[in-house]
Amino acid sequence: MEARILDEFRAIVGAPGLITEPEQLSTYDCDGLTVFRVLPLAVLLPTSTEEVQAIVRVCHREKIPFVARGSGTGLSGGALPAANGIVIGLSRMNLILEVDLPNQRVVVEPGVMNLNVTARVAPDGYFYAPDPSSQQVCSIGGNVAENSGGAHCLKYGFTTTHVMGLEVVLPDGSLAHFGDATVDRPGYDLCGVFVGSEGTLGIATKVILRIMKKPEVVQVLLAAFNSTNEAGAAVSAIIAAGMLPAAIEMMDNLAIQAAEAAVHANYPDCGGLLLVELDGPAPEVETLMDEVVEACKRCGAWEIRLAQSDAERARFWTGRKAAFAAVGRISPAYIVQDGVIPRTALPFVMSEISRLGSERGLRVANVFHAGDGNLHPLVLYDDAVPGQDKLAEELAGEILRLCIRAGGSITGEHGVGEEKKLFMSEMFAEPDLDTMQLVRCAFDPEHLSNPDKIFPRPRLCGERPGVYEPHPLETAGVAQRF
Amino acid sequence: MTPAAVQQVSWAELAAVVGQERLRAATAADAVDGVAPLMIAEPGTAEELARCLRWARGAGLKVTPRGGGTKLGWGNPPEACDLLLSTARLDRVGEHAWADMTVIVEAGCRVADLQRALAEHGQHLALDPLWPERATIGGILSTNDSGTLRLRYGSLRDLIIGITVALPDGTLARSGGRVVKNVAGYDLAKLFTGALGTLGVIVQAIFRLHPLPRETRSLTFGGTPAALNQLLLSILASRLTPTGLQLRAAPGGARLDVRFAGTAAGIQSQIDQVRQLAAPVPVPADAPDGVWTSHQAIWDGAAPAPRRLVARLSVLPARIAAVCALIERAAAARSLAWQLVVQGVGAGYLRLEGNDGDEPALRGALLALREELAGTGGSGGSGGTGSSAGNGGTGGSGESRPGGTIVALGCPLAVKRGLDVWGPAGNAQPLMVRIKQRFDPDGTLSPGRFVGGI
Repeated sequence: MEARILDEFRAIVGAPGLITEPEQLSTYDCDGLTVFRVLPLAVLLPTSTEEVQAIVRVCHREKIPFVARGSGTGLSGGALPAANGIVIGLSRMNLILEVDLPNQRVVVEPGVMNLNVTARVAPDGYFYAPDPSSQQVCSIGGNVAENSGGAHCLKYGFTTTHVMGLEVVLPDGSLAHFGDATVDRPGYDLCGVFVGSEGTLGIATKVILRIMKKPEVVQVLLAAFNSTNEAGAAVSAIIAAGMLPAAIEMMDNLAIQAAEAAVHANYPDCGGLLLVELDGPAPEVETLMDEVVEACKRCGAWEIRLAQSDAERARFWTGRKAAFAAVGRISPAYIVQDGVIPRTALPFVMSEISRLGSERGLRVANVFHAGDGNLHPLVLYDDAVPGQDKLAEELAGEILRLCIRAGGSITGEHGVGEEKKLFMSEMFAEPDLDTMQLVRCAFDPEHLSNPDKIFPRPRLCGERPGVYEPHPLETAGVAQRF
Repeated sequence: MTPAAVQQVSWAELAAVVGQERLRAATAADAVDGVAPLMIAEPGTAEELARCLRWARGAGLKVTPRGGGTKLGWGNPPEACDLLLSTARLDRVGEHAWADMTVIVEAGCRVADLQRALAEHGQHLALDPLWPERATIGGILSTNDSGTLRLRYGSLRDLIIGITVALPDGTLARSGGRVVKNVAGYDLAKLFTGALGTLGVIVQAIFRLHPLPRETRSLTFGGTPAALNQLLLSILASRLTPTGLQLRAAPGGARLDVRFAGTAAGIQSQIDQVRQLAAPVPVPADAPDGVWTSHQAIWDGAAPAPRRLVARLSVLPARIAAVCALIERAAAARSLAWQLVVQGVGAGYLRLEGNDGDEPALRGALLALREELAGTGGSGGSGGTGSSAGNGGTGGSGESRPGGTIVALGCPLAVKRGLDVWGPAGNAQPLMVRIKQRFDPDGTLSPGRFVGGI
């Protein structure tokens, strides 16, 4: 990178805020998905909105691609640097700016850790609902980019439900405010568009969050079944009874073994394990928990435990929350996958995953947000065996195709990022992707903000958009042009 | 377009797309805010609708999409409207995957028809928008009309999981899908929700569903706006989980309605707790069923439409009583009657009512309120806000933030003229204009109706 540009960057963030040494840069060459690595030209660590604006203005003038980064815990390569670009790390913008309990709003900078929001308001009985498993280290800015979920989004919704407003530095360096502390601000719902856009539409520098009051009572039940099919039937029975649990999580035997090896959660050794969490008014939770117990028994549960204390409830969750990392105990290497299926397709999808795995001689552990159909298959392999990494990658891809065929999605909460962009054209048709990119063109016509992510092919954003291309129906002879 | 140009339009081409019997001349009753369209087309499929749109764009016509027509007067009057594109025939309920709690539905399906189909499996789309017997799915999406259930279940943006839209170039595009949890690609469903048909025409939507509540009970408390606002905040700050919470106010006094749903035991326990919270406000009897359609009744009141204005108001929950005081002052100064129904999330409808010739007063009151709401700090506190905002001990942030927005939705044309019904869109407006230009480069769809002249 030219010295004059580096000087300009240094003038904005100060010498300590500019990283150019290769050894230090290598810290930023990947996110939680370590198979992709690119060394950025520089890393900048701004401390204010004005500094972010100044950096982005230089990037815009010089046509330098930039990638915003929070804590770097993403699992789809969303924070992978662009070649010939810079990384803007937001970890120093980590202030909770305002807490407004009567209106249940908190205003934060993007570098604030997810769990710190809850920690700040917990003494008053509130919590911030989205709870990705990485919540101790992941940042709100990263959650906004990825529209992060977590085990409890079945009842409480995803990040997008809990972000009311944003201050955003647009890719040309200008500042815009989307949404507000009040709902229904007139105009397009740009807040809704921005959340989950994976850093491709600009950089959020302030976030207005909605917090919620903690429920009166929380109860967790653990049930052991012989198979994931039986456990899945219990989930359907619970839903059919008209209940909306706070969370329903499922693990298969391999995932249970891993969790036991890692954190000794004391799970029963079974084919399918279910965790069901209910919350709400005490008398209601009691009634409904009785119904959940009955449903589990009817579907073949042979052991049912109800957490009797907060400590026990936390223990029930320990194994589940540690499951990804725990797989490291039973396999030298593994790929975390993130597909979604309609819940009712579970028996078919599980048997297919098992078949696809055996065909390649690979094991797959399954952790499942069963309530909303979000499947996390963990493909186990040995990176010391030549070729097995390729085989595992291929299997992970086949599982995604399986999710698409079942009517689901290639990602429920990890994002498309670098990893899955080629699968986008299998899930969506060309006109769908082109239409999404109209949004990209309006925000970032020069493709500077986290370029080359999400979409398999960038759309050209010429001055006069909407150049005629034959519609697929027309090409197919179904429709004709006038 | 000019009359001379219109004569050269070959409507036969459009008839070839939708069928002769599905293209008819518009009547005076079809006017959009006084702008009379020439023709109405009723395509029978999403593909036909997309072809109509592309044809209209090619012919240089301006198009307004129409569902049930219940909210056609929302927005600024269109600069032009040559063709009404009706979704009336796109009214099918597609797959109701009840075990997955999702449904696919066409845009022209009436809300009540959808709810009846879903109720067969004990489920519903957790929304109670205006005029459900006539309003369509596409219409409530385009106007972002939710209702009283949003306190618990969120608004439309939180319930829609997939969308298919037709663009002016004839593209049919979808985003999202059939699963509740899905972050693949941009969320066009949110972009189109509340866009008033200015970016494209919604042809199909996919929603997540909720179980119908087992039992429901409501209570109504009476008191001053300040006392009831305080009770509303206490309920929000408690561990109660109401499915409805609304404050109704008028010059005579105010009411707070609260609704609980769930199991009988759960409801009873919550009702006991809310009565304790409310003391010393007297213990009320159960509320009559009608209270939860108050947001609709406010539209249907006694004064004929030419003499009333209904606005959508959004403020912080802690400022509702303060805003009541602002309204009282703005209305009294102009001898207008007023009524307010606001939900616990801070959004609601305000009705202002006058006599013949009161159009300037209606407009004046709206603008005065808008100015007060937009003000920060001191100006927001001028309406006697001490009793509401800031009582939670967090430094009164309800006072320091912009106070909210007010949008004129239903009002005489004479009031709309010379007024942007939406109010300022802020510093995101240039970006909104760029989005409009990308999706609808020729300004085919509803030109001028949306925020900032979009």
